[in-house]
Amino acid sequence: MSIPERVAVRLRVNGEEAALMVPPYKTLLEVLREDMGLTGTKHGCELGECSTCGVLVDGKPFLSCLSMPLDLEGREITTVEGMSANGRSHPLQIAFAELGAAQCGYCTPAMLLTAKALLDRDPHPSRGAIMEALAGVLCRCTGYLKIFEAVELAASRAGTPAR
Amino acid sequence: MTPSAEELSIVGKSLIKPDAFSKVSGQTKFADDLALPRMIYGRILRSPHPHARILHVDTSRARAHPGVLAVLTGDDLPVKFGILPVSQDEEALARERVRYVGDPIAAVAATDEWIADEALDLIEVQFQALPPVMSIEQAIAGDGEPIHGKSNVHKTVALEFGDTGEAMRAAAHVREDTVFFEGSTHLPMEQHAALAQVAADGKLTLWTSSQTPHYVHRALGKVLEMPMSRIRVIATPNGGGFGGKSDIFSHELVAAKLALVTGRPVKITLTREEVFYAHRGRHPVLMKVKTGFTKDGRITAMQFQSFLDGGGYGSYGVASTYYTGALQATTYAIPRYRFEAVRLFTNKPPCGPKRGHGTPQPRFALETHLDKVAEELGIDPVEIRLRNLPKADSRTVNWLRITSFGLEECINKVVEGSGFLKRRTSMPRGRGLGFAVSCYLSGAGTAIYWNDMPHSEVQLKLDRNGGVSLLCGAIDIGQGSDHILAAIVAEVLGVSLEDIQLTTADTDLTPIDLGSYSSRVTFMAGNAAKAAAEKVRDRLFEAAARALQCDRDELVARDHRIVRRNRPADGMDFAQAVQLAESDGGVVTGTGSYTPPKLGGPYKGSGVGPSPAYSYSAAVVEVDCDTRTGEVRVPEVWIAHDIGRAINPMLVIGQVEGSVYMALGEALMEEQTFRLGLHKFPSLLEYKSPTALETPIMHTYLVETIDREGPFGAKEAGQGPLLPVIPAVANAIYNALGVRIDEVPITPDKVLKAMNDKAKRVGPKSVPAFDFPPLIKADVPDEWKGK
Repeated sequence: MSIPERVAVRLRVNGEEAALMVPPYKTLLEVLREDMGLTGTKHGCELGECSTCGVLVDGKPFLSCLSMPLDLEGREITTVEGMSANGRSHPLQIAFAELGAAQCGYCTPAMLLTAKALLDRDPHPSRGAIMEALAGVLCRCTGYLKIFEAVELAASRAGTPAR
Repeated sequence: MTPSAEELSIVGKSLIKPDAFSKVSGQTKFADDLALPRMIYGRILRSPHPHARILHVDTSRARAHPGVLAVLTGDDLPVKFGILPVSQDEEALARERVRYVGDPIAAVAATDEWIADEALDLIEVQFQALPPVMSIEQAIAGDGEPIHGKSNVHKTVALEFGDTGEAMRAAAHVREDTVFFEGSTHLPMEQHAALAQVAADGKLTLWTSSQTPHYVHRALGKVLEMPMSRIRVIATPNGGGFGGKSDIFSHELVAAKLALVTGRPVKITLTREEVFYAHRGRHPVLMKVKTGFTKDGRITAMQFQSFLDGGGYGSYGVASTYYTGALQATTYAIPRYRFEAVRLFTNKPPCGPKRGHGTPQPRFALETHLDKVAEELGIDPVEIRLRNLPKADSRTVNWLRITSFGLEECINKVVEGSGFLKRRTSMPRGRGLGFAVSCYLSGAGTAIYWNDMPHSEVQLKLDRNGGVSLLCGAIDIGQGSDHILAAIVAEVLGVSLEDIQLTTADTDLTPIDLGSYSSRVTFMAGNAAKAAAEKVRDRLFEAAARALQCDRDELVARDHRIVRRNRPADGMDFAQAVQLAESDGGVVTGTGSYTPPKLGGPYKGSGVGPSPAYSYSAAVVEVDCDTRTGEVRVPEVWIAHDIGRAINPMLVIGQVEGSVYMALGEALMEEQTFRLGLHKFPSLLEYKSPTALETPIMHTYLVETIDREGPFGAKEAGQGPLLPVIPAVANAIYNALGVRIDEVPITPDKVLKAMNDKAKRVGPKSVPAFDFPPLIKADVPDEWKGK
């Protein structure tokens, strides 16, 4: 391979339109991190096994390491950077901070987005529903308990204004 | 004097840690999140053979590939290195021999990661395959070419404290067990990454996802043959470490060399598969434990043998070897003790320290062994342990100093909380409860490089408007060390966490901390932080006392003010005190250092095991076994941990819960197995680890013993609570099914096999014949003489 060809792609990320020229083989994960500077999205395997790279596409959890940007034109992509608005953290982010649900913080963006997709669909999930929803996102630090508790805390505060 | 909880405003409180919001917003910059202008990418070619001679490496086609800026082979980095001074056996890129699948051979830097990958395919290596050594038994048999030097034996230990043979002959009851711990890997979610940059003046900076930037700094100086003063190492926040980022890695040295050769910033990020090869994980250990008892279950002597499967290189292995025999006597008063160990080289990824370094394996052996003895003697598992506990402020027969000791209270908490004694005899078949205890270090008492310098240092600088800059070499790996440092300084100075600005783990800016390993940061860097804060507080008190015309001993610092203790209205703002002190004597700075007391006994090998304080844990695990499939589920865990004092209870509980989680993964599913020299599961999908769905209910009890040497009485939390959980699982399975799985991990196939086995057991039957060196008969402390 010599210098890679680039193709034009239009992505809508965190509510903003972006027009980019990227090599067509680059995954959404790579484009977010390397071409858009959105390094909040992490990688753990780049094989679709750990969900560390999870983002939301049209509000649903999506593995950015297995997604091609050209397939996602016209879709609404949300990364962890899009969770807070106008400098205000999302209730899930506040609850994660308050309860120590982020230890190393590496799986945290995907964990938060996956939890957000759950709460958007089911604002008061049972413990079992939380465990089920987060089962695909691996965390090696916390033992998951504080994460469950943080999701429950955020859910219990639904409707109260964000900090 | 240690203040009581009521006198403290930050220490002891479950506050939000300083880096929490940066982590939940995705703003924390891990190593691979960094990018520099003109940055290029490095990739490493690794051995496809477990054991082979390298006959020839041809890089000409790779060099000619468009976009490739440099290609390195072993000849470009010929100086050997290793984390321990006694094991300098690694090369950044192997020159003559590869010793495991994944051993680095050559490296490429290119303008694009894809181009670098393509170039790796263009490097032609001629190998002469050698027969691989894939097990402890094969390594001892020693057929074929030794992996290093003249034999596969890396390290042997043979120590005896008191005459154990005589005591065994005199014992009312003797039992011997043989068990195997397969080992596992750390599996941090963040893959290792390093970014190197060479400035126009020739100075090298390396950002790296490392728990031990100080040792990386030393190795860079040695391998690159550059003065350390021209190298800067910055550890980035680790996306999980667990011991897996506490060695010196090929990609760190290679990124630095590629940056020097090309003049461009070079980043290397390992793939997940490469992380499995970088390893340095839990050693597979085959163990034999033999213990003599009185008829009422008191230990009279113990003989312990360990056979460690070390993988291809030394790494921390010498220390790991000693650790498999170090902490048996800190939980039980063993009057006579013999320890023999051998670490063998095999053609697998090198083993090293994983959470609990070298002690979870013998803990598994010891705690399952004690349950078996208890049953034979008709004593319950709790009672046999209580009868053998050492005392606070005592010394073990192998000279380890015990200070604060909360194990008995930990035992009581979990036994009562779980209803262990009553419920274990009344559960239906398939359900069971298991119990075990453990001990761990609050920092290794001996540094890797033996010298008289401090192990941790902290520097503070106070700002005119009351801000506090805190500089320390410690790196946060998710365990919360940033919080510990900030909380201690804020507590002493009477300011809030938000007033503390942290700069950590930057060899140009921060004074030394040896690293985030051996559970040392809270105790050692915490003590250094406290000492530094007390020094600057003294300066503030001096200036304030003069202005307030009072005695400095009357002053206290709290709520952002310096006030007279008994007349709190009489005082001044913290910032005002800083300004007065600065007017008096210039910039307000202070440093603090911590050097552990010299604690080792008078024998060779006594450097491994001593710690200024030991943490203690006890656990009860409930299991639910499927008798048709052999699957073991863990619905509930009770765990108590003697933390000394919890500087932040929420973060401590987080460490305990994470330890329980990791232990359950090791106990039940994480397999470190090889087929034809290849790791069978080098991926996150197939290397099974627990998900959210496997999370048990956990009851965590913190026991506070207020250690007299710990900062505010604190001890460690990050590693110790893992230790009792693994044997408690095995003991619970015995309680549930009457089968003994003397092998970790306890996978469903082993459970089924044991259920169908005549002896109701799966596990090794014996240890291989091995000639240990003659025993070194070590002197024992006076209080143990004649026992």
